[in-house]
Amino acid sequence: MQLEGMRVIALGERDSVPGEAIAAVARSAGAEVIETRTECFV
Amino acid sequence: MDPDNQALIKRIVEERGAEGIVVILGAADAEAVEVAAETVRDGDPAWVGPLAGIQLGLPVLHVFEDEVKTQADPATYEAEIGFFAMTLDVDEVNKAMKRARGEE
Repeated sequence: MQLEGMRVIALGERDSVPGEAIAAVARSAGAEVIETRTECFV
Repeated sequence: MDPDNQALIKRIVEERGAEGIVVILGAADAEAVEVAAETVRDGDPAWVGPLAGIQLGLPVLHVFEDEVKTQADPATYEAEIGFFAMTLDVDEVNKAMKRARGEE
């Protein structure tokens, strides 16, 4: 799947990869990040 | 998957349509990854969240997968994901994604 031009929902997790890191990677691939979340399991 | 995130994704698709949307996950737990992938494609398997019975059919990738890594800027990928890829079980996550997509 070509990420360039796609609209990305970045769903990270506090105890692994946070949403912001996923969003940065997606943007560097040319995608538009439309939502970024970091789930927190307690 | 967190009911709040299910509600968020449902709202986005209702407002903007599913065309061109892809979900990229960052969870490290294989089961959580499988459930999340199933939820945004086929609906909440536990039948409790806002996506219960709703098949959005969204494509899902994990940030550890080569499909993401090879398209990202290498320096950005290393800076943002490198540490996590060293300390978390990338192989388990990638296997879970393949299972979720029915590729394994």
